[in-house]
Amino acid sequence: MENMDKPLTQNIQPDRVFATLADYEQTGGYQGLRKAIAELPPKEVQQWVKDAGLRGRGGSGFPAGVKWSLMPLDDAHQTRYLIVNGDEMEPGTFKDRFLLERDPHQLIEGTIIAAYAIQAQTAYIFLRGEYHLAARRIEQALQEARAKGYLGEHILDLDFSLDIHLHTSAGRYICGEETALINSLEGKRANPRAKPPFAVVSGLWGKPTVVNNVETLCNVPHIIRNGVNWYKGLGLGADQGTKLFGVSGRVRRPGLWELPMGTPIREIVEEHAGGMRDGFSLRAFLPGGASTDFLLPEHLDVRMDYDAVAKVGSRMGTGTMIILDDKTCPVKMVLNLEQFFSQESCGWCTPCRDGLPWTVTLLKDIIEGRGRLEDLDTLSRLTGMMALGNTFCALAPGAMEPLQSALKFFRRDFEHYIAGVAPPPSVKRLV
Amino acid sequence: MTEKPAVLTAVEIEEITAEMSHYADKAAASIEALKIVQKYRRWVSDDCLVAVAQLLGISPAQLEGVATFYNLIYRQPVGRTVIHYCNSVSCWIMGSEQVEARLCERLQVEPGGMSADGEYTVLPIVCLGACDHAPVMLVGDQLRHDVTDDVIDEILGR
Repeated sequence: MENMDKPLTQNIQPDRVFATLADYEQTGGYQGLRKAIAELPPKEVQQWVKDAGLRGRGGSGFPAGVKWSLMPLDDAHQTRYLIVNGDEMEPGTFKDRFLLERDPHQLIEGTIIAAYAIQAQTAYIFLRGEYHLAARRIEQALQEARAKGYLGEHILDLDFSLDIHLHTSAGRYICGEETALINSLEGKRANPRAKPPFAVVSGLWGKPTVVNNVETLCNVPHIIRNGVNWYKGLGLGADQGTKLFGVSGRVRRPGLWELPMGTPIREIVEEHAGGMRDGFSLRAFLPGGASTDFLLPEHLDVRMDYDAVAKVGSRMGTGTMIILDDKTCPVKMVLNLEQFFSQESCGWCTPCRDGLPWTVTLLKDIIEGRGRLEDLDTLSRLTGMMALGNTFCALAPGAMEPLQSALKFFRRDFEHYIAGVAPPPSVKRLV
Repeated sequence: MTEKPAVLTAVEIEEITAEMSHYADKAAASIEALKIVQKYRRWVSDDCLVAVAQLLGISPAQLEGVATFYNLIYRQPVGRTVIHYCNSVSCWIMGSEQVEARLCERLQVEPGGMSADGEYTVLPIVCLGACDHAPVMLVGDQLRHDVTDDVIDEILGR
């Protein structure tokens, strides 16, 4: 029987190591694939996903069906590619690993349907190198799918052929950026490419390419099998479907839950994650991974959907929250975040390559007692210099999101460090 | 260089060639090729790098650019088991600094170093995607959850 409320995780059960092919088929697995290829023209599949309102689950929220509809399907383009972005590396994010390890066939079915919708003959699953277990499970599932005729020449004896290759990477956050990922898949350094042209026009080896996140593709079989109206009925707010939401940090039950899109943050943190551990209170949180702006307890009643979180000044991002408790220093937390981004900068454009190490240096100076009040202005200026539009890709702007909100919400903590050690005269009035 | 030139084995060449067949351009197998070399030799020496570049039809400089870009390609010798401890934000909140301290103390190394007996190399790594069980680390290809001093002692032997 299908669990219609939690389509993405219905086959993932605590007493089950992972969902086998038989487990997956038992709840209707691969029926969406049969329906799509046998009954729906590719454009129709695109339209269904567009109408369902499925938005990219990798963090950007771009409508998947719209992305697909940009793929040129005319005869002038003989080669098209689909790439599955399984390079999950946004700190605090652990949702794609769960889907990859625990129900690999769901991703494979979604990938085949998506490839059919954009008429790609080859798909690559770009998996981060650290996900060893996921790699083994996916490789095994691919073999099973081939043996069953779900994958390969003339899938289910119908007029569509596809092969999927698993590519395991070697670790760099920037590979999650669509065009950097394509360069990486081509065997190069993962520097992002200039856009336009967009990947859907000129992507892998210059051919039209669609890149979709793991969780995004996992939604697709269910939309095709159960229909657009059912899918739209799952969301509570403005966005459709369900989403894997996660919480990490000092809560009672850190974890991951499939919940309706638009679930209030308070429900996720207090009910599902069990609230804060004894002796800790909630100071702030990053709602969707390391590259999102801090939100405060006063934002707990905001719904987790793209627009609602954006309205209060942050992003839903990957939907996995990181909790800042009252015993963790926000300035040091920001330093940890900026060290990550600085290290993972690909070095291609100057603002990011030089700006992020500068940010780290200033934060270290402040924490280690060498800070000056003017450093806060410099940090603030840096958030502008590395804002979207001033850099080659979204890495540095993402890095600036927790910093700019920390400067706003935790200014006293920064000032405390500066004042605490050899305070300059101008600081005295602040303490 | 004083060591005798490393030549790729038939098995390595076979595996790399199989990876090359998955792509429209064989150079695309560069990362996988380097990982195959590491599977057998733990790290990529200069001689191996040149040999792989030749096989892929790219210049050694181009391949070096790739090799030095990615966190999991080692251009220096590493221990039999590499321990990657996560130092990203969720693990940091939950105690990755203690994990680092314990590992380094037990193995008498600095982060990035190899133990004197050549068993272990200790390296920081970015988020391993298991934040609900922070702090975490990879021991070889095995993920370890909720790492404490006890877990580390159990792995390294008491």
